[in-house]
Amino acid sequence: MAEVAFLLNGTPVALRDVSPTRTLLDYLRDDAGLRGTKEGCNEGDCGACTVMVQDRNGARALNACILFLAQLQGKSVRTIEGLAGPDGQLHPVQQAMIDHHGSQCGFCTPGFVTAMATAHLNGDSDHDTTLAGNLCRCTGYAPILRAARAVETAPVPDWLSAPFTLPQISSGECGGADSPPGDACHPATSDDLADWFLAHPEATLVAGATDVGLWVTKQLRDLSPVAFLNGVTDLQHIERQGGALHIGAGVTIETLRKALIPYHPSFAAMLRRFASTQIRNAATIGGNIANGSPIGDGPPALIALGATLHLRRGAEMRHLPLEDFFVDYRRQDRRPGEFVAGLSIPESAPALRCYKISKRFDQDISAVCGCFNVTVADGRVTAARIAFGGMAGIPKRARAVEQALLGQPWTLAAVRAAAGRMAQDFTPLTDMRATAAYRLTAAENLAVRYFHDLSGAPVDVLEVQP
Amino acid sequence: MTMGQPLPHDSALLHVTGAARYVDDVPLPEGGLHLAFGMASVARGEILELDVSAVRAVPGVLRVLTPDDLDPMPDCSPTVQDEPLLSREVFFHGQPIFLVVATSHLAARKAARLARVTYRELPAILTVEQALAANSRFERGPILWSRGDVDQGFAGAAHVVEGRIDVGGQEHFYLEGQVAAAIPQEDGMLVIASSQHPTEIQHKVAHALHLPMAAVRVEMRRMGGGFGGKESQGNWLAVACAVAARATGQPCKMRYDRDDDMVLTGKRHDIQIRYRAGCDAAGRLTAVDFTHLIRCGWSQDLSLAVADRAMLHADNAYFIPNIRIESHRLKTNTASATAFRGFGGPQGILGIERVMDHLAHVTGIEPAELRMRNYYLESGAGSPQTTHYGMPVEDSVCRALWNRLAETSGYAARKAAVADWNARNPVLKRGLAMVPVKFGISFTLTFLNQAGALVHVYQDGSVILNHGGTEMGQGLNQKVAQVVAGVFGLDAAQVRITASDTAKVPNTSATAASSGADMNGKAAEAAALTIRDRMAAFLAEKHQVGPDTVRFKDGMVHVAGEQYAFARVAEWVYQNRISLSSTGFYATPKINWDRIRGQGRPFLYFAYGMAVAEVVVDTLTGENRILRADILHDTGTSLNPAIDLGQIEGAFVQGAGWLTTEELVWDSKGRLSTHAPSTYKIPAVSDRPPVFNVALWNQPNREDTVGKSKAVGEPPLNLGIAVLLALSDAVAACGDGTIYPALDAPATAERVLMAVRKVQGV
Repeated sequence: MAEVAFLLNGTPVALRDVSPTRTLLDYLRDDAGLRGTKEGCNEGDCGACTVMVQDRNGARALNACILFLAQLQGKSVRTIEGLAGPDGQLHPVQQAMIDHHGSQCGFCTPGFVTAMATAHLNGDSDHDTTLAGNLCRCTGYAPILRAARAVETAPVPDWLSAPFTLPQISSGECGGADSPPGDACHPATSDDLADWFLAHPEATLVAGATDVGLWVTKQLRDLSPVAFLNGVTDLQHIERQGGALHIGAGVTIETLRKALIPYHPSFAAMLRRFASTQIRNAATIGGNIANGSPIGDGPPALIALGATLHLRRGAEMRHLPLEDFFVDYRRQDRRPGEFVAGLSIPESAPALRCYKISKRFDQDISAVCGCFNVTVADGRVTAARIAFGGMAGIPKRARAVEQALLGQPWTLAAVRAAAGRMAQDFTPLTDMRATAAYRLTAAENLAVRYFHDLSGAPVDVLEVQP
Repeated sequence: MTMGQPLPHDSALLHVTGAARYVDDVPLPEGGLHLAFGMASVARGEILELDVSAVRAVPGVLRVLTPDDLDPMPDCSPTVQDEPLLSREVFFHGQPIFLVVATSHLAARKAARLARVTYRELPAILTVEQALAANSRFERGPILWSRGDVDQGFAGAAHVVEGRIDVGGQEHFYLEGQVAAAIPQEDGMLVIASSQHPTEIQHKVAHALHLPMAAVRVEMRRMGGGFGGKESQGNWLAVACAVAARATGQPCKMRYDRDDDMVLTGKRHDIQIRYRAGCDAAGRLTAVDFTHLIRCGWSQDLSLAVADRAMLHADNAYFIPNIRIESHRLKTNTASATAFRGFGGPQGILGIERVMDHLAHVTGIEPAELRMRNYYLESGAGSPQTTHYGMPVEDSVCRALWNRLAETSGYAARKAAVADWNARNPVLKRGLAMVPVKFGISFTLTFLNQAGALVHVYQDGSVILNHGGTEMGQGLNQKVAQVVAGVFGLDAAQVRITASDTAKVPNTSATAASSGADMNGKAAEAAALTIRDRMAAFLAEKHQVGPDTVRFKDGMVHVAGEQYAFARVAEWVYQNRISLSSTGFYATPKINWDRIRGQGRPFLYFAYGMAVAEVVVDTLTGENRILRADILHDTGTSLNPAIDLGQIEGAFVQGAGWLTTEELVWDSKGRLSTHAPSTYKIPAVSDRPPVFNVALWNQPNREDTVGKSKAVGEPPLNLGIAVLLALSDAVAACGDGTIYPALDAPATAERVLMAVRKVQGV
C-alpha cells in the first residue's frame, strides 16, 4: 500500500511501502525502538502488547501483536512510553501500580498499565472486565486490583484529556484491478468494497484481524490480496427499525455488547465472555459469522434469536436465515466475491438465555455454547429455537430437542425428556477443551439450567456472592 | 531498620514505564542474527532423511546446522549427558533436529518449517501405565523409603481407605518466553540469558565451545518470570546461540515463539498417586502407603530430585508412625518434565491431603479437626517427633496457625452456613476446606546450599551490590539490598543493584528451592559486615574506643559521641588505604542428607502456612469458582512484608490454577494439544478469590537465617490445594454422603461434573 499515517505517542508517523502483514508490535519493537510493549504470546491472548488506540469513536485497548499497521490509518496510538506526562510525571495508574506493588517480574506490567490507563480514560471501573485480557503469572492479580481501585476517582491527566485530533491522512483507497498483488485495499464505503471484492474474489477481507492475525503470526501466511475493512464506516452502525435491530457487519463485539444490554441482556452478558476487552474492541460480528468457526459464540445466540443474514455481492443483496449460512465444517453459503454486510435480529426475546461453558470464565473459547429461546403460552411450549456451538462442525440448531418440546407443558420433566434427544441432534467431538461425553451431558443439562433459570432459581456461579 | 520495610520492588518504576529491559529488549550489536529450531513431528523415531534445501533457500537464511554439522554434539542437560542439542534420534514430539541461522526472527521461523524429513517411526511410550509396563524408567527400579511397620499399622487401624489421584502437570507460562543471546568476544563468549541459573548456562556453553568456564561470561539482569521453568530449560537456547555465534562470528539471539516454547520446554511433573491409609478411631494416622508414578518425560533433567522432594513431602504436616513410599520415575516420549515452583513438593503434599480428605469422609470427623489430631507436636510440647526421613520437626506451628486462622476466617460458622445454603439450593453447591503446609527449605542436593556475593563501597559512600541470585520478579534483589543497606545503616535506595554476572560471583547455584534470599542475603550480609568492620575498626582506632561501639544508622556513623556522614567515613577509609570491597560467602549449616537411604536432615528448617478456601460449583455443568480465600502464612520475620504478601497471593492463585483450569492435553500421537494460551488457561483476573485475606504469622525463624526470615517462594503455592479440597467438599454435598468424590486434578468443569454424577450415582 502507498502509505499509512497515524499518531504515535502524539507524534505523526507516515510509513511507505508497508507490508500488509506487518504488525504494530513488530514495528514498535524493531523499527520504532519502543520496546516497552512486550510480546508474550503473539496471538492476542495475554495482553502484554496492549496499546491504546484512539479515533473518533474514543479510546480502545488493543493487542498490538495482531494489529496490522494498515489498520491504524488515521488513528492515534499510545504505548507505555507515551503514558507519562511531558515532564515525566507518572500517570496515576503508573504511580498506583508502584504504591500497591502491582508488578513483580514486570513483563506483563506495560500491558496492564496501558489497559488500566485506557479504562481510566473511559471512566470504566469494571476491572474484571477491562483486565480480562491481561494475564499475570506472578501477582495473583490482587495488588493490580488494589491499584486499579485506588485510581478510580483520580482525574485523567491533562496530557491525555486533550480531544482527539485526526492526523492528516489520505482518504481510503483501493488499487485497481491491475494493482500489484502486495497492494492492500482500504475501501471507505461498502460500495467500494463490493466493487473491489467482485474483482478480487480470492482476497482476504480483514476486519478486526483477531483470527486473521494468527494466520500471519502463527501460520506465517501471506494474505495478499487483502482489504482492510475498518474504514468502511457505513457497515459499522446499529439501527433500530420495525421491531428489529439491524447490525452492520463491521460493528465490533464490544459495541454490540453495549448496544444489546437493554434488548438482550443474557446475550450481552455472554458477549462479555466472548473474549477479552482487547479482542472485543477489534473483532466484528461480521467477522465472527463469516469466519464460520464451529466455536464462535455469536452465531448460536443469533440463530436462537432467528437472525437474518444480509450478504452482498457487487450490487446484489441476498438475505437468508443465519443457520442456513453454515453448510458444513468451515464451509458457508457464500459465493465468490460475496461478503457479509450485516444481520437483523428481533429487538425483543425475553426468554433468550445464552450459556457459555469453557475451562476459564474469561478470554476462553467455548467447549459448549448453548442458546435457548423458548416461547411458552398457557403453560405450553409454542415455539422453540435452541442453538449450540461446539457441538458439531457448524453452529447448529437442536431441532430434535425443539420438536420434542413443542406443544409440551413447560415442566422440568418435559424439559428433561426433550433434552434427552440431544444425541439425535449432535455427535460432538473430543478435543483439548472437552470430551464428547461431557459436551453431550453438559448440553442436556443446559436445557435443565434454562428451565431453572426461567423459574428464577440461581443457576450461575458468577452470580453467587462470597 | 531497612530490613522489614514494605518497600516496592526495586524495578517498579522501570516496570510501570516500560523502561525495564529484558533480554529481547537489549539491542544486538551490528550483524546480529536470529535462530530457530527445526522440530521433530513424531514422538519417537529415527530420521532417515533430512532435506533442508528449502530451508536454506529462504531469503535471509545464512546457515542451517544439522546433526551432521556438529561433532561432538553439544549437550544441554543440567544433570547427565542425555540432551543432544540436535538429534537424528527423536524422543519426543517437537525435539530440535536442526538449527536455522537467519537475519531475522521471522525468516528463521518461516524457514524452520520447510525441511523435508523422513522418519522411521517407532512406538512411543506416552503414559505412566505404558512406561510401567515397558519398565521404561530412570534409575534401575523404584525408590523405596519406609518407616515403622506399615502392615502392623493397618492391622491396628479402625478405618482404612484406598484410592488413587491423578494430578496433571503445569506449564510455567512465564510471560517472557525463553530467550538468550551470545555475543562473541575477542577471547571467549558473552551470553545474556533469561535464566535462573547463569552458572549452568556458563558451564554448558563452555562445554559446547570447548572453552574453560573462565572464557564464558553470563549476564542476567531480570527475567519476565521463571517459576522453575528457567532453571535448566534455557540451556538449549544459550548453547544454540553460542554454537551459531562461533560458526558465524556474529552475535546470535534466540527466542522461542510461545507455541514452540510450550511444546519444547518441560513442565511440572504430572503424577499418579496410589494410596492406602489407616487411622484409629480417633482419627490418628496409623499407616500410610503411597505409590508415586511420576512422568518424567524423555530426559532425566532434574526429575530425580523432583521425585525425591515429592517423597520428602509425603507427610506434609503430619506425624505418620508407619509409612511406606514407593516412587517410580518413569521415562516417556514427552517433553522432559522439569522444575516448577515446589519441585515435587506440591505433588507429595497433595497425596497426603487427599488421604486426609478421604479419611475425614469415611470417619465423619470434621476435616480440620482430623488434621489437628495429626500435626507434628509444637516446639516445647515435648521431644520433637521426627519425619519419615529421620529429621526432627522442631518448629511446627500448625496448631497455633489453625487456632488463629479458624477464628479470623470464621471457619466453623461458615461451615454451617455452607451446609445451610446447600440445603436450599438444588443447582449450585458451595464447598469449604482448609489445608496446612509444611515445606522443607534447602536444596536436597546438599552441595548446592552455598552462595556468594560481592559488595563495593565507593569513596563517595555509594554502594554496589552483586550476588549469585537472579531476579525473576520475586523481589530478591530488593530484599538483599535491604539486608546490605541495613548493615550500613543506609536507605535501600542507596544500594545499587546490578545484573547477576558469572564474572563477579562465580559458582552460583540456581535461584531455586525458595533459597534465594536465605542464601544470597546471608552472603551479601557477610560481605557488607566485612567492610563495615573495617570501617568501624578504622574509626575506633581514630577515637581510641572499641570497634563494637561504632554504630551505623540513618546514613550516619556514630562513634565516641561524634557522628559522621557515611560518605565521609568511606572517603577517610579509602584515603587510609583500606579496602572497601569484599566478597561474602554462605554455606547453609546443619544439613546432611543420604538420598539413597532417605535419611538425614535435608532441610535447615520448615516454612508453614494455612489456607481456607470457599468455592461454588454448578452441579449441571461442573463450572466452578473460588469465592473466598483466607491465608495465614509463616515467613519468619519478614524481610519485606509487601514482597512476601505478593509472593503468597501469587503462589496461591498459581497453585489454584494448577488444580483447576490449567489442563495439559496430549493427543494419541504424543503431541501437546494445549500449546498456547488460547487452549491452556492460567488464571485470569476474575479467577482470583474476590475476597482474599492474607496475613503473615511474622514470628522469627528459630534458625539463624538472614534477619530471622523464612523462604517464601514455593511454600504458599501448596495452599492452592485448599481449592481442590473445597471443590471436593461441594461435590460431596451433591450426594447422600456414601460415595467419596475422589476428584482428580485439574478439576476442570468436566472433571467436577463427572464427580458430581458419581456421587449422585448417575
